[in-house]
Amino acid sequence: MSTAPNIRLENLAVGYGGNPVVSDLNIEFPSGKLSMVVGGSGCGKSTLIKHILQLQPPISGKIFVGGHDVCTMSKRKNHCIRLRTGVLFQDGALLGSLRLKDNVALPLREHTRLKEEQILHIVQDRLNMVGLGHALELYPNELSGGMRKRAGLARALVMDPQVLFCDEPTSGLDPVMSAELDQLLLEMMRHFDMTMVVVSHDLASMRGLADFVVILGEGTSLYQGTIEDLEETEDPYLRRFLDRVAEERTAPRLTLPPLDPSMMKLNCNKILGEKETARKGGQC
Amino acid sequence: MTEKARGTIGSTYFPGKVCKDILDEMGGLFIFFLDSLRLIFAGWGQFPKIVRQVYFIGVQSVSVIALIGLFSGMVMGMQLYFALSMFGADGFLGTSVALSMVRELAPVLTAIMLTGRAGSAMTAEIGVMRISEQVDALTIMGVNPMRYLVAPKMAACLISFPILTAFFNLIAMWGGWLTGVKLLGANAGVYWSRVQSSLDYSDIEGGFIKSMVFAVLVCTICCFEGFYTHTRSGHAGPEGVSQSTTNAVVKSCVVILMADYILTSLLW
Repeated sequence: MSTAPNIRLENLAVGYGGNPVVSDLNIEFPSGKLSMVVGGSGCGKSTLIKHILQLQPPISGKIFVGGHDVCTMSKRKNHCIRLRTGVLFQDGALLGSLRLKDNVALPLREHTRLKEEQILHIVQDRLNMVGLGHALELYPNELSGGMRKRAGLARALVMDPQVLFCDEPTSGLDPVMSAELDQLLLEMMRHFDMTMVVVSHDLASMRGLADFVVILGEGTSLYQGTIEDLEETEDPYLRRFLDRVAEERTAPRLTLPPLDPSMMKLNCNKILGEKETARKGGQC
Repeated sequence: MTEKARGTIGSTYFPGKVCKDILDEMGGLFIFFLDSLRLIFAGWGQFPKIVRQVYFIGVQSVSVIALIGLFSGMVMGMQLYFALSMFGADGFLGTSVALSMVRELAPVLTAIMLTGRAGSAMTAEIGVMRISEQVDALTIMGVNPMRYLVAPKMAACLISFPILTAFFNLIAMWGGWLTGVKLLGANAGVYWSRVQSSLDYSDIEGGFIKSMVFAVLVCTICCFEGFYTHTRSGHAGPEGVSQSTTNAVVKSCVVILMADYILTSLLW
């Protein structure tokens, strides 16, 4: 039985400048499980996470973490919740002026009375966990994209969080690295007994990781439930999403012929040869 | 009032909207300044960050301030010598150089140079941190970004500006001596004795008050522009940071000169 808090959204509407991006959200992310928020580009996944994390105030509705309404609670209680919440940002969001060890040590130095040796011991442990034990002295710009994400994960885990949010953890990574990061997230969730909410586009990750799935689209939540139920859905939007089928077009996508090479200031045909489409008379 | 009506250029609402925006920004700047000032004293953990910022804003600006001070003093020494000698008053060269430097030029030129060197860097640094989600990461970690990023810079500016102004004064007076005395032949004893006798405590105090006010203005404007770079409509990302940096430098320079006039009227 998990002791991690659940996250509940009640009639939540989120957006910018009073214009809702997603509204009517009534979702409960179960405690101690990995929930995944998926949806098309620009459907409001990251916006939703930013509002749950209170980086933006919601337009309306309530957000409960472990039964506490985070929108109305005192600053002190809010701070306590923040200290037990970890976030893995899309590009790691490591502080560029600090070495990796100082980035990971930052929350410990700011919020604990631990001695420097103890802090460095914890930092080394967390970086070993994510396979970066050798990179303590490096700066973020000396790391690859995958390493930055793993370093971001180490920093998110350094305060032993009860809730972890991950914003597109596998975006921009190759399939092997994505699978490794997925595996790492699962291990961390079990190790730390956390409630985890992952925002992603990655269907393979969703199928491999998620205990609970929320699909956003058309300005609201289109589905919430288990992955098994989702796979059997007959809903045409969800089916297209799951089967990666492009939307049917009524009008042709291309309406103009290719650019006439004679319109170019330099005659590139001499170097690269004439284009096939140009020889065919510019037919689409 | 609808959004559309408020934004209509040429309608009666337009001046109102401009005034409201200016008041909004001034209010925001004032709250931003108070917050950063309060957070300077938020624990001993601030001390190393302040030292680091004093090194960047103060120590690393010494050479540029020395160069500007030297040439400003040399130009003043030359021009004032020519002007004063027309009336046979070249003995007052020391007085003129000292008073113009201590009261006006040193605080203003130091502040403008520091805006260009350190202020623009502050805006760009905070702006880049904002668009790359580093400021959000600090907030999520329970680290107040105002305390971590802005307050040490404010403290460092309040320490560095007066010290660099004093340094500017010294170098500029030496520059005035170099051209006025060494190059053009004014009497060295008269020059230095006039410098000493013409300056009283209120002049030096006034110069320091000015430099402190300029420190607050430059730091507040530059950090504010960087901190809210993501709210800049139509200029997101790197373009927004460059716009914020330009805005910060222009606004700071204009505000320095405006504040200089007001302070001069009040102090002397």
